[in-house]
Amino acid sequence: MATTEQYVGRPILRKEDAKLIAGQGTFIDNQSMAGMVWMELVRPPYVHAKVDSIDVSKASSMPGVIGVFTAADLDSAFPAGLPMVWPITEDIKIPTHWPLTKDVIRFAGDAVAVVVAESRAQAEDATEEVAVRATELPAVLDLEEAAKDEVVLHEDLGTNVVVHWSHGGAGDQAIFESAPVVVHERYTQPRLIPNAIEARGCLAYGIPAAGEYTLVSATQIPHIARVGLSIATGIPQTKLRIIAPDVGGGFGSKLNIYAEEALALALARHLGRPVKWIEDRQENYVATIHGRGVLHDCTLAGTEDGKILGLKFVELADMGAYFQLLTPGIPELGGWVYMGPYDVEAYSYEFTGIMTNATPTDAYRGAGRPEATYVIERLVDAFARRIGKDPAQVRRMNLHPPHADAQTSIMGLNVDSANYEPTFDRALELAEYDQMRKEQAARRESGDVRQIGIGLSSYIEMCGLAPSEILGALRYVAGGWDAAEIECRPFGKVVVRTGTSPHGQGHETSWSQIVADGLGVTPDDVEVLHGDTAVSRLGMDTYGSRSAAVGGEALRQAVEKVKEKARIIAAHELEVSEDDLEWTDGAFRVRGAPDKARTIPDLATSAWQAHSLPQGVEPMLEGTAVYDPPNFTWPAGTHVCVVEVDTETGQTDVLRYVAVDDCGVVINPMIVDGQVQGGVAQGIAEALYEEAVYDESGNLMTSSMTQYLIPSAMEIPGMILDRTETPSTTNALGVKGIAEAGTIASPPAVINAVVDALSHLGVTEMGKPASPERVWRAIQGATDGGAS
Amino acid sequence: MTQIAVTVNGTRREADVEPRTLLVYFLREQLGLTGTNVGCDTSSCGACTVHLDGESVKSCTLLAVQADGREVTTIEALAGADGTLHPLQDAFHRHHGLQCGYCTPGMLMAAASYLKENPAPTEAEVRESLEGNLCRCTGYQNIVESILDAAGQMSGAKA
Repeated sequence: MATTEQYVGRPILRKEDAKLIAGQGTFIDNQSMAGMVWMELVRPPYVHAKVDSIDVSKASSMPGVIGVFTAADLDSAFPAGLPMVWPITEDIKIPTHWPLTKDVIRFAGDAVAVVVAESRAQAEDATEEVAVRATELPAVLDLEEAAKDEVVLHEDLGTNVVVHWSHGGAGDQAIFESAPVVVHERYTQPRLIPNAIEARGCLAYGIPAAGEYTLVSATQIPHIARVGLSIATGIPQTKLRIIAPDVGGGFGSKLNIYAEEALALALARHLGRPVKWIEDRQENYVATIHGRGVLHDCTLAGTEDGKILGLKFVELADMGAYFQLLTPGIPELGGWVYMGPYDVEAYSYEFTGIMTNATPTDAYRGAGRPEATYVIERLVDAFARRIGKDPAQVRRMNLHPPHADAQTSIMGLNVDSANYEPTFDRALELAEYDQMRKEQAARRESGDVRQIGIGLSSYIEMCGLAPSEILGALRYVAGGWDAAEIECRPFGKVVVRTGTSPHGQGHETSWSQIVADGLGVTPDDVEVLHGDTAVSRLGMDTYGSRSAAVGGEALRQAVEKVKEKARIIAAHELEVSEDDLEWTDGAFRVRGAPDKARTIPDLATSAWQAHSLPQGVEPMLEGTAVYDPPNFTWPAGTHVCVVEVDTETGQTDVLRYVAVDDCGVVINPMIVDGQVQGGVAQGIAEALYEEAVYDESGNLMTSSMTQYLIPSAMEIPGMILDRTETPSTTNALGVKGIAEAGTIASPPAVINAVVDALSHLGVTEMGKPASPERVWRAIQGATDGGAS
Repeated sequence: MTQIAVTVNGTRREADVEPRTLLVYFLREQLGLTGTNVGCDTSSCGACTVHLDGESVKSCTLLAVQADGREVTTIEALAGADGTLHPLQDAFHRHHGLQCGYCTPGMLMAAASYLKENPAPTEAEVRESLEGNLCRCTGYQNIVESILDAAGQMSGAKA
């Protein structure tokens, strides 16, 4: 239906919802096939052990068992190990990562065998009967211990210290010694478990005689997985189709190529039957990537009146036992935002990646940028305390001046546009900052058991991943482009094939809004197809707040290509020259005679009929664009958190949370707000509740949702949100990205608030998560220290 | 194998189940009612919430045999037989109360049973009622708003 309404910028309700609220989602565990068998992995109870023998005889004879396979049995199935696509330095040491370990168990998720049976329960029962004899080796999980190489995970590498990357530094590095004020701090950030509510799972099937295989997988990256799994299994890309059905959350944990996906494909090929695997939650906690796990030594050089002159960070990053898809690149992603939104004269960042006997780390919502933002924002507060100034005042005086065009930052990349002060001021206004300071002073004065703290966090993030040329310079294996195809069906409906692969972000709705505005139709006329390499041929998938900035812009360009062709047909039909046509009110109209017009549905029908097309014009109205962004996008914002801390119990409650973000132009404000709310909730969880805890032998103590504390609606507060809008100069849509902002900004806002609540008691440091016990101990430590 | 008879979404279903079969797998695998999702296996996340004799329960914590002779309602029967959405489903849609949608069936079933218990809850009461249902996408704010809105719609419809 042709329309002149505008849809971009409006809270259009989601097209995705109808099936999901009806319980008709296509999640992986809802899929089954005739002849399907189940796969379960044998993960022995070791975190570091040499495998001496594996006896599968008993398991093989269990009811329903079709086969038990070890690495030796599948040796010829995998011409290469699992891919790692970001060898960030020339001399990086890369361990081989086979889907089943061949000799040594290096972390709790390392599988030694796989059982295939007629039912899931039968497969699971049989895994218990696979007899693994192994010699336990000492495990190393502490980063500084692991760096000593007393225990080495990969003998062939000879060391656990596998990568060192340095930004190289910018500006006068002597300032870190010579500045009037030099602040040194050390911050630890524990490992986090992503916890998408749907764990992983996959279903592999094929036509062995034709050599064709399909993998349906709960993945964020069907297009990238097609390339990586082709390399791992030897199935040519032309014969390998990857489908991401409805995916129940990702947050980076499904931005990967996992052992189980390669195994399912190899076994479907070997057995000639569909093979399904569903991860249970305990398995998810050890076999799916973790996030964070870093230690920073930080230096801030500044002046007595609050000017930040330089920022320097030296990081140790826990890689885990192997590299997964992007592992060593994650700290580096943060390496471009350690200046935050501040205008500084000197910059330095480097990190060392270390192998430990734990689950590999990789991208978890924000990927490197939350780690960076946390330490800068903690450090700025430490600086403000040192010089006795208000942390809001210190931040504001150091904000980078605005620029509407791209400008090179101290770290060497071009920031697309910036206007930080209005965002900052609005956040303080909504938080009633001055009023809160008065309330804080009153409670301190009265010695209230429940003290108030106010925490700020101003951030900048690098999104819209990514300009391919820069990725190449950074030694990333693939490009960062994305693609969209538009096919205008006769009589008015439009099919879009996008290279992005949403799993909750609402692309079907937002992309429909872009197309509706561009082609003069309604969002309901547009059907957005995604997540299937046979349907949307070209793409680089969804992660890193890239989808709107890269995939959305590709779609906008495809719209323009459709309109170029449509204009030729319209001119032909209206018997005018193309120059006599203008696009107004949702149609091509003859200048001066606007009633003489053709809409896109009219022209799509003509192009399909092809009865009378201009010479040289092919039938069908369609357009494809492959777009490589010329730059990243750089969202920014300021968050303010007000907490109340019970100084007797250590309990922290968030009283008020304000988020003011600038993600450029907004396509759908309802979806953008939802992304912020979810991101902030994950960040509050990181600050107050969540932590992967290990015992001294390296066993994960927080091994299920009963121990790993994911907050509920009881703990997460309602939030006050607002935005400023500084259009990106990177893409014509003007969009920047929003899905990670909340997780990037919120942990330091919360922790700064907790420290602020207790600073008058002498508390100056607080680790994550600020659990009641940790807070209580900090109060005791500070007051004891004061007494002695 | 044990024989059970359960009234599921208004229809009596007889089946042989292994005694160890959990209710959620009976619903999903034997009856093909895949709308009820499994999130954690430790009754922490609530994705698998269904109604047993009208009360919300976590179907990963119950054995199928425990449902013998009782009534189970799943997400598939929340909307009217003519497809009319339950006010909660409608409110979740209008308030963007879901993103990936995996926790949504459990959230809806938990909220539906709670609103029967407490038709006019406060925001704090709604939040408390959701303590056993985890969502990783939304930050809960729009879920809470959806439930409050639905409560208003439902009491308005009755008045």
